[in-house]
Amino acid sequence: MTAERTPLYDEHVRLGAQMTTFSGWTMPLQYTSIRDEHRAVREAVGLFDLSHMGELRIMDDALAQRVVTRDLRKLRTGRIQYALLCNDRGGIIDDVLVYGMADGDYFLVVNAGNQDRDFEWIRAQALKPSSAGAAQDDPVFNEGRDWTLIGVQGPRAPALVQRLTGSDLSAVKYYAFIEGRVADVPCVISRTGYTGEDGFEVFCGNHDAVRLWRALLDAGKPDGVQPAGLGARDTLRLEAGMRLYGNDMDAGTNPLEAGLEWTLNLDKDFIGRDAIVRAREHGLERSLVGLKMLDRSIPRHGYPVSADAQPVGTVTSGNVSFTLGYNIAMAYVPPALSEPGTSVAVEVRGTAAPAEVVPLPFYKRPHPK
Amino acid sequence: MADVSGLRFSESHEWVKTEGDSAIVGITEYAQSQLGDVIYLELPSVGQHLDAEARLGVIESVKAASDLYSPVAGEVSEVNAELKDHPEYVNQDPYGKGWIVKLRGAKDNPKLLDQKAYDDFVQGQSHS
Repeated sequence: MTAERTPLYDEHVRLGAQMTTFSGWTMPLQYTSIRDEHRAVREAVGLFDLSHMGELRIMDDALAQRVVTRDLRKLRTGRIQYALLCNDRGGIIDDVLVYGMADGDYFLVVNAGNQDRDFEWIRAQALKPSSAGAAQDDPVFNEGRDWTLIGVQGPRAPALVQRLTGSDLSAVKYYAFIEGRVADVPCVISRTGYTGEDGFEVFCGNHDAVRLWRALLDAGKPDGVQPAGLGARDTLRLEAGMRLYGNDMDAGTNPLEAGLEWTLNLDKDFIGRDAIVRAREHGLERSLVGLKMLDRSIPRHGYPVSADAQPVGTVTSGNVSFTLGYNIAMAYVPPALSEPGTSVAVEVRGTAAPAEVVPLPFYKRPHPK
Repeated sequence: MADVSGLRFSESHEWVKTEGDSAIVGITEYAQSQLGDVIYLELPSVGQHLDAEARLGVIESVKAASDLYSPVAGEVSEVNAELKDHPEYVNQDPYGKGWIVKLRGAKDNPKLLDQKAYDDFVQGQSHS
């Protein structure tokens, strides 16, 4: 199967990006270097094409409440929640952002590789008789290929986007969004991101994609704007302790193990709730922790974790931390070894490389002055 | 473009420059561009004997860990200690300050490619 291309594909090629296939999409891996792009986002501003991400719409309150782990009654219009979709065994099907568009209108941003599967799964829940009322018009829409999504991330991102819009962005708080115009392009402007920095994720129609992308690159020149690829996106999100679906969690992971209890509203009913409650009563077998490497070894996905020469767990994500200057990982270990300060080792090509459990996230952005 | 005259190349994308029985080894421009940002190198000890095409060490980029192979047989006489704090030299100057190891008692390896043959080999790879 050929990989899909975003509306910005030609822009990436023109900018000299090295392209890669990710979740069925041809995406920029890097333009100049992952290190430089990473630094640009931490110190100035980076521009990401995120159009591979999926967008789904659920026009049914009861259905949306049943499929996401958060209580949507607490989601006000114009606000966003990070939430999970779980199967009936309590395993994580996907992690998503839920946008409160209006009463009974929820816009979900889902992982690229899961979008079609999420869509079919939510539709299947809609068709079950337990969903409220008799059969109505299909309330679930797959809009994944209708939207271009551009991430503008970094300490200078707010000033950059503000210069291109008449909307007052200081009124748009973290995890809130507005509809407005950026560079005269109609957009949804969302104060969210996957980098650990301040910034926006801007949705527009595909026909406006190139115009918006170029306007942001052009207007961002004095800010030192740098287009950034999936390579930097991964090293940035790892420093910020953000889980990557498929790496750090999957359908065999329950949210408690993944350290995502805060995304659960167990006092409402949702698919997977009962299994999660039972898992909590049983006690967890493992939990996701941060590891700081004490030597220069690079931990990688799948490397074994040991303690006292006994295997105890597995690395799910690991790399250099360009910002912190040491190497970091997320790993599953037994709860007894999950306290910060605990000594463990990562098996790197047969050698036990010393590591220490540290709190997540590894990196928190400095408070704005 | 760096001066690569006199270098010979392996199909695993190392280069070697021999002078008498001593040799300098690094990775090629093509290899560094494919690896991307180099962040760590695991290198042999001085005095270690390497056969031609034996594993020389490991090079890690942000993307992945890859094995390095010695293009010729010989004994490690020096490793580039600068790379410990500056692995990015391999990206910035793969034929210069990004060199990786020096060997003594180096033996010729007739399987190595000259520049033209290596360039053709890379062309063939990137189109496969």
